[in-house]
This record gives sequence, C-alpha cells and structure tokens, in this order.
Amino acid sequence: MIRYLYADELEALPELKKSMFQDRADQFKTRLGWDVTVNEDGFERDEYDDFNPLYVIYQQADGSHGGSMRMLPSTGRTMVNEHFSDILGGGDVRSPEIWECTRFCLSRTAQPRTAAALMLAGGEIMENFNVRHFVGVFDARMVRIYRIIGASPEVFGSTGEGRAKISVGLWSFTAEARMRVSQKAGISPALSRLWFERTFGSEQLALAQIA
Amino acid sequence: MDVDRNLAALERAAGLEDLQAVIVDLCEAYRINHMVYHWVNSQGDQYGCGTYSPAWVARYIEKEYLRVDPVILGCNQRFHPVDWKRLDWSSKAARLFRSEAIEYGVGNQGFSIPMRGPNGQYALFTASHSCSDDEWQVFKNQHRRPLILLAHFFNQKALEFEPERVPEASRTLSPREVDAMTFLAMGYNRAKAADTMEISEHTLRVYIESARFKLGAVNTTHAVARAMSRGLIVV
Repeated sequence: MIRYLYADELEALPELKKSMFQDRADQFKTRLGWDVTVNEDGFERDEYDDFNPLYVIYQQADGSHGGSMRMLPSTGRTMVNEHFSDILGGGDVRSPEIWECTRFCLSRTAQPRTAAALMLAGGEIMENFNVRHFVGVFDARMVRIYRIIGASPEVFGSTGEGRAKISVGLWSFTAEARMRVSQKAGISPALSRLWFERTFGSEQLALAQIA
Repeated sequence: MDVDRNLAALERAAGLEDLQAVIVDLCEAYRINHMVYHWVNSQGDQYGCGTYSPAWVARYIEKEYLRVDPVILGCNQRFHPVDWKRLDWSSKAARLFRSEAIEYGVGNQGFSIPMRGPNGQYALFTASHSCSDDEWQVFKNQHRRPLILLAHFFNQKALEFEPERVPEASRTLSPREVDAMTFLAMGYNRAKAADTMEISEHTLRVYIESARFKLGAVNTTHAVARAMSRGLIVV
C-alpha cells in the first residue's frame, strides 16, 4: 500500500526507513553512479532529508520499501532551486502551488505497478493540497517508465551523460492521466483515496459525529 | 472577490499593528467568523494577529491549549494545508477543547495552513467559521487557493520582520519569469507567450505561478501590474 510519511513519522518504522534509504543507495549510487553520499548504515541521505520532507512510499506486503519519492514545498529550501537553477533558466521557482519531487526510487524487487502507484499518490497530493505542479529531479532513464505508466513529465533539461544523466521536469495531472495511471497501477481511485485518508484523515467525517 | 486592496496593504505593512488591520479587513471581506495568523520566529519568539476574542485568547493561554489543540498538534512540522475535519479530535481533551472553542465563537469549521520559513521559523494561518459542512465545502471550493496564497504572503511579511534578516534573493524574479511577465504585459496570450519563449504552456504556467507568488499577487493581472509598477519589467 501507499504510505505518506513525514521524516519524523518514519522514525517509528525503522524497517521501512532502513529499506528505503538502502534502496536509494542501491539505485542512485550502485546502479546509476550518481555523486551521492552513502553513510555507514548503507543509507543514501542528503541534506534535504533533514528538512522533514514528506515521503510517499509504496510499502510491499512484507513491510519493506518498494518505491518512494520525496516531497518538499518550493517555498522552502529545495534541491531544484539550489542545484539545478541553470536548467530552470536561472533564478528560482517558488510558489505554495509548486512542490518539488526528488529521489524517485524503485527497489529491485518492485513490481511494475509500483511506479504507477506512486504517480497516483502524487495525484492525491495535488488534488487535496492544492498543488498544481511538481518540479522533479529524476534519473533520465525513468522517462521511459513514466511514459509506459501514462504519466510523462515534461523535461526542462538534463545534466550529465549516460547512466548518470539527471533530468529536471514538470508533472501535472489531468483527470484522464489519472484514470490511465490508475489502470496501470491496478489500484482503483477509491482505494488510492482510502490510503490517502488513512494518513491525512477524511473530510467526509463530520465533526458532529465525533463530538 | 478582489483582495488586491488587502494585498497592497499587506505589502506596505511595517509592523504587527498593520498586520492586525489587514487580517481584520480580510476576515470581513471573506465574511467568516475568524482569521488568525500566528508565527514563531527563528529566535523562538511568538507573535500573532487575528480576530479571536481577547477572552478566547486569554482562556487558550491560561489553559495551555497549545498542548491539546488538534490543529497545533496536527500542523506541527507539517507543510500541507488541512481542513479541521481531517484532524484527530477523538480524545476527551480534544472534544472538550472543541466545544469550548465553539462556545467562544471560533466556529465549528476550520482550515489551517502550516508554513515553514528559513532557520526554524514556522507559522500557521487559519480561517474558521460556523456553518454546515456543505456550506463550508462551497466556501473552500471557492476560496481555498487564495487563502493558501494569502497565508504565505503573511509569512513572507513576517520573515521581513526577522531580526538580522539577510535580504532575500527568493523574491527576485528569475530571467524566465521576467520574460513571461513581459510578454503577458504586452498582451500576448499564454499560447503566444509560450511559443515566443520556445517553451510549453505548462512550463510557462510554472514561471507565471512562481512570479505571481514572488510579487505577492493572487492573480496574473495583478502580478503583471505589480511587475510593471515596480519597474521589474519594461514593455
């Protein structure tokens, strides 16, 4: 299932936390050869993990990490503004309606539908939190996977070569794209909504009922 | 609703009293019970402005409701906006707190927007009202977006009041944002502006939204007008 966890909440789930940061090391350091830091626990972490980001995590049946991405609002410090400004044409992008989405990661044991499930979760965030765009930093080869799941980003530009090629792009999410991704993920919009509300609560529940 | 007048007043605000005047006006303009903006600066000092009655504020402080209030507990360290319905009101203390808040006129509905500034600054902007769930839904559908922007404009202002503040580069328009604002000021529609800049309309929208936020405007027309009046673009 999809879980939405701020970094401080992830502390209560040590196994999930461990497998996520280790899968990130496996993807970004081992497989892609990005210039990232892996600590003594085998965790790939950077300074943005210290800003209490919101992680969207696909948790597998055994409780471990299947895939994830990291969200931060562009009104605060972001990787995009601090490291990829040139790709955006210089300067920075800031708005409460724009969040950045980085460290999109899939574990080696991820099922094909995992990436689609994460995209679907991105759609929930957009709809419920009034976010209009995600500016993302991703492994350029992921573009093919995004296309297959029916949620292609619009690529601003790229840096690096070969497997170390990093792209910066934009996502929005139309209703049609959402249905497409829902089908690819094999997750109904209702189930996606349920997972979201499990974390963030429901607006359907009238306060009167609990008062 | 046109809140540009309020935004201009907010822009000029030089101190807490000015913020108070703006929030009172805004609350009237939106015709809801209350609006409150509360922040903790990077030194840990607390400030606030808003329309809650002095009696409720005194009661809140006296009873140390910061420790009980599900809005505070649910928004701490977060950055997503939240309808009060989504929060956890299940404890007995929370339920008692809520009925008391209603008694003091806070309202049975609320929408809160937590924000984080640099160096540990954080803030919360809240709109609350007494009405049915359906009425509240209608209100939110109509005003959720401008309220989120307003919350952040209040916070930008609060950050200007930070001690030893370094002038922020974050409000400078980027080269692409200047281009976008310039073409719009020249009367280009989005399609033509995007075409001229050799970018997609989607990308153009991102530059426009970012420019709008930096200029403290809720819509594009106001953003263009502000960019021109400040001499940031030349047409």
